[in-house]
Amino acid sequence: MYTEAVMDHFTNPRNVGEIREADGVGEVGNPVCGNIMKIYIKVENERIVDIKFKTFGCVAAIATTSILTEMVKGKTIAEAEKITNRAVAKALGGLPPQKMHCSNLAADALHKALDDYRQNRRQSAPQVV
Amino acid sequence: MERIYLDHAATTPVDPRVVEAMLPYFTEKYGNPSAISQEGRAAKKAVEKSREKVAALLGAADPQEIVFTGSGTEADNLAVSGVAWAYREKGNHIITSAIEHHAVLKTCQNLEKYGFKVTYLPVDEYGLVAPESVREAITGQTILVSLMHANNEVGTVQPIAEISRIVREKGVLFYTDAVQTVGSIPVNLRELGVDLLSLSAHKFYGPKGVGALYVKKGTRLHRLVHGGGQERRLRAGTENVPGIVGLAKALELAVTEMEEYRPRLTALRDYLIARLFASIDHLKLNGHPAQRLPGNVNVSFAFIEGESILLHLDQKGIAISSGSACTSGSLEPSHVLLAMGLPHELAHGSLRLTIGKGNTQEQLDYVVEVLKETVARLREISPLYRAETNERGRSVGDVH
Repeated sequence: MYTEAVMDHFTNPRNVGEIREADGVGEVGNPVCGNIMKIYIKVENERIVDIKFKTFGCVAAIATTSILTEMVKGKTIAEAEKITNRAVAKALGGLPPQKMHCSNLAADALHKALDDYRQNRRQSAPQVV
Repeated sequence: MERIYLDHAATTPVDPRVVEAMLPYFTEKYGNPSAISQEGRAAKKAVEKSREKVAALLGAADPQEIVFTGSGTEADNLAVSGVAWAYREKGNHIITSAIEHHAVLKTCQNLEKYGFKVTYLPVDEYGLVAPESVREAITGQTILVSLMHANNEVGTVQPIAEISRIVREKGVLFYTDAVQTVGSIPVNLRELGVDLLSLSAHKFYGPKGVGALYVKKGTRLHRLVHGGGQERRLRAGTENVPGIVGLAKALELAVTEMEEYRPRLTALRDYLIARLFASIDHLKLNGHPAQRLPGNVNVSFAFIEGESILLHLDQKGIAISSGSACTSGSLEPSHVLLAMGLPHELAHGSLRLTIGKGNTQEQLDYVVEVLKETVARLREISPLYRAETNERGRSVGDVH
């Protein structure tokens, strides 16, 4: 049912946790559908220097968020923006068809975190009077 | 690693004594029961002996009231669709419950496409149907009431004898899907007072691919499978002779040994429930605390999802089931748990552990240890966990 890569990330998830003063936080899903993915990013010079996640959900939900954090860490914002849910599934060697929609939302959570980062930056930018 | 199998409501291993009883019918006594040769007559005799045995063990009046089928699901289909079409002239209304097995629910839904009206009775928080709700639902058009004896997910045992008195009083046919109870708790047709009852061999240490339907004399049924005249023309197709012999043998063993296993399984069930509640917080027992099948434990763990728990346990050598959407093959979690009023998130976090004859207390101790560790691990990853427990006052996690 699941590939070895999925089972590896599920059994030993990478970068689990929260970042206290994160530069961006993104969340997708809801408890009713059985999936919530939350991504925290730390950005320095337009580069993602740290990323952590928390996930409520099935094996695929945990594995996709875990591998996403590995794919994103060290990347520039521009590079991270290009990561898609499809690329995440591909990096895991594929997902069962029924998991492609409901559990493969990690990239969406990342994009929300990037939006959040951009919004935070605009708000904290020095005001030119 | 030794595997610990706690999924006996899904299926059971075949008892070696059952295998032994079946073996001659594969290689030596392989005749077709419809043939008139000696081989055919020997096979026919085996089928009829098995029918007599099953009828006697269930308390049926006549062996001819037992129809062998290819599965419990087929028996469900034959009972519900068979009665619906045979009594179409009398009425078009069927009463069932929201927590039936899909074999009944989907058969009812299919009948709705052909003009039948179906009432899906609600259940209470324990999964019980109120007998009075059955009385109130019966109309002049009602031809069948179909209620399961015990639920396959949460193990709640319905008051079938009490409901059947109401249904009989109204002159309506009553079918009970007893796939989970036959071989597990006493099932006596005279006490239950039903017109139709189904069972499945692989749920009580018999083979897969064979079930049976009790059809009380005088009850009309439309056949689903057309062809030869087997099973009183109700189920065409060459009989699964080894399977039928195995079903009868397994039922005989289950009934004669029930008083030995039933108290032991009930004690193990209550031990497992007590240990889980002593070891893990934020959990809920699903189903009735007492009116439940001997080996059934169904619990929901707040903040985490069932498939994740299940696969962690599988890696540690433990086989169980879950009512989460991911394991049901749909986007919705268990229809049974939702009908009992469980919020979606707790239905997603449900596990079913069903104890069987081979399980020991030591195995259950190990399972509780692994579960405790697994639940803690998954909660550590879950964004719901800390947020909930930090909230003041009553949180979603307080599910008792």
